[in-house]
Amino acid sequence: MGSLATALKVEQVAVRFGGLVALSDLNFSVGEGEIVSLIGPNGAGKTTAFNIMTGFLQPTHGTVSYRGITLNGLKPPEIADLGLIRTFQRTSVFPNDTVFDNLLIGLHRQGRTGLLEAILGLPRARQSDRRLRQRAGELIEWVGLQRRAYDPAGSLSYGEQRLVGVALALAAEPSMLLLDEPVSGMNASETFTFVQLIRNIRDRGVSILLVEHDMPMVMSVSDRIVVLNYGRIIAEGTPDVIRNDPAVIEAYLGQGAVHA
Amino acid sequence: MRSVVTILTIAAFASVPLWLRDPYLMNALITTGIFIIAAMSLNLLLGFTGQLSLGHVAFFGIGAYVSALTSLGFDVGLPGGFRVVHDPWPPFAGFVLAIIISGLCGYFVGRLSFRVRGAYFVIVTISFAEVVRLVALNWVELTQGPLALTNIPPMALSLPGFGELALHTKLQNYYLVLVVAVAAYLLITRLVRSHFGRAMRGLMANETLAVSVGIDVTKTLTLAAVISAGIAGAAGSLYAHYIRIIDPEVFAFINTVTMVIMVITGGKGSLAGTIIGGLVFGLMPIVLRPIMAPEAQWIAYGGVLIAILFVLPRGIVPSLTQRLSRPHGKTAAVGRVAFAEHSAKEHA
Repeated sequence: MGSLATALKVEQVAVRFGGLVALSDLNFSVGEGEIVSLIGPNGAGKTTAFNIMTGFLQPTHGTVSYRGITLNGLKPPEIADLGLIRTFQRTSVFPNDTVFDNLLIGLHRQGRTGLLEAILGLPRARQSDRRLRQRAGELIEWVGLQRRAYDPAGSLSYGEQRLVGVALALAAEPSMLLLDEPVSGMNASETFTFVQLIRNIRDRGVSILLVEHDMPMVMSVSDRIVVLNYGRIIAEGTPDVIRNDPAVIEAYLGQGAVHA
Repeated sequence: MRSVVTILTIAAFASVPLWLRDPYLMNALITTGIFIIAAMSLNLLLGFTGQLSLGHVAFFGIGAYVSALTSLGFDVGLPGGFRVVHDPWPPFAGFVLAIIISGLCGYFVGRLSFRVRGAYFVIVTISFAEVVRLVALNWVELTQGPLALTNIPPMALSLPGFGELALHTKLQNYYLVLVVAVAAYLLITRLVRSHFGRAMRGLMANETLAVSVGIDVTKTLTLAAVISAGIAGAAGSLYAHYIRIIDPEVFAFINTVTMVIMVITGGKGSLAGTIIGGLVFGLMPIVLRPIMAPEAQWIAYGGVLIAILFVLPRGIVPSLTQRLSRPHGKTAAVGRVAFAEHSAKEHA
């Protein structure tokens, strides 16, 4: 994987909340078109790392850069403009709107018609709206939710809502996607479909950083895995390397497991 | 279907003067109409962005004063020995200026308070309305304070070929209010159905997610505040030129409360609801006056408000539409119907 150009680079990032060290000296990178997973026990600092990369938190120390541009000090919309788009653990949809309308909201950045044009319904605004509707339809098809397109997103199953969340992220035309625990709450077959979707997205040239608890899923989809514990990286490598790393086994299963 | 209902409603309102000759009722309809315009502008904020402006009457009052002063003219001394003298302009210029200046005030209030939102926005808007009321009360040289601005000319339109047409009669003013109300209705409807409106809905439903898909919070909310304030200013201008006398009491808190009640009973996020809620509460005094003392009328107001919200908790229009669509089955069925409608539209 060393031949890939680096997309996202995290260097010496540390985050403190008062006296609590949430992250210390975090270093890793994600190559273009790579699927990297960030794993670790609860409270290891995964979501904090995520929030740093998307501008929802500022690091106490260190830098994050995407395609050579430093992200420190940028606001979430500015980072989104760079093509770095995230999904959320819990709140992944606009519950009262239909799936289709969710996508239209998600396509906000693509619909740059002027206020006056939009209000007067001028041809250019109509044309732009038609384009957005078509694009929304394509995205819904991509994640396989055609049958639920006109149902309120809040009425969908947990797994389906996750798919809406991913479609919303794709609507922003990302060059890199950050997925925060996308398969938690999904059953095995939903997870399987989701893994196909992630591969499919990557094959269209989107780099992916995944934060996830579901080990079989992580092992099957990742090119590389970064393991966090107590705010530090304790291991990094391909799924095979991680599977056999004593430090990782210890972090997940406790000390006795290594010797067992 | 929807546009048919809209056209029939407009036609029904336009036909009212043909069969209603009572000047007292016409007067009530005109003032109610003016309040409905202001309440629709409040609904843009409350129903589509979720922000409660409890000082909304400030924009209404500013519109009224700006329009009145533009058409009356004034001569005011400023600190440092400057004097500002303004000769009377036509009332229509006052109407336009009222929209612009109220809109600007909406911009500043929005910019100031949308960084913190929620309860803070409520407090900032209340304070803003109170400050503006005190200015109107105490800057006697400009506003005449409690003596009120009197002799405000009626609204006048300059029509090419007809010359200046001053709107003296109730009939003329009724149609003026109707035209402005329809314009405000169309403006807000178009806005909330455009991608600006979708951004507002997204922010209201799930702000974190909205931000992450690239919606600019401050810009979107400020836009809503400017348009809302501008429409309220237009309503204020109509009020000033119809009543033809205004005093600082236009800024009274109770006027804001009336607008909020109209929006809530009609249904947040439903402009048709605001019109119905506005008609109910605007015309209720007419019905109650012969049978009740003024104090008892207020109690009846409260009773009706509670009764409506008890039976129709989401407001008249949203609750009724929900009830009417329920017998057709579950959401999936609604989804299929919507899909069918959508495809039909695509083919049309």
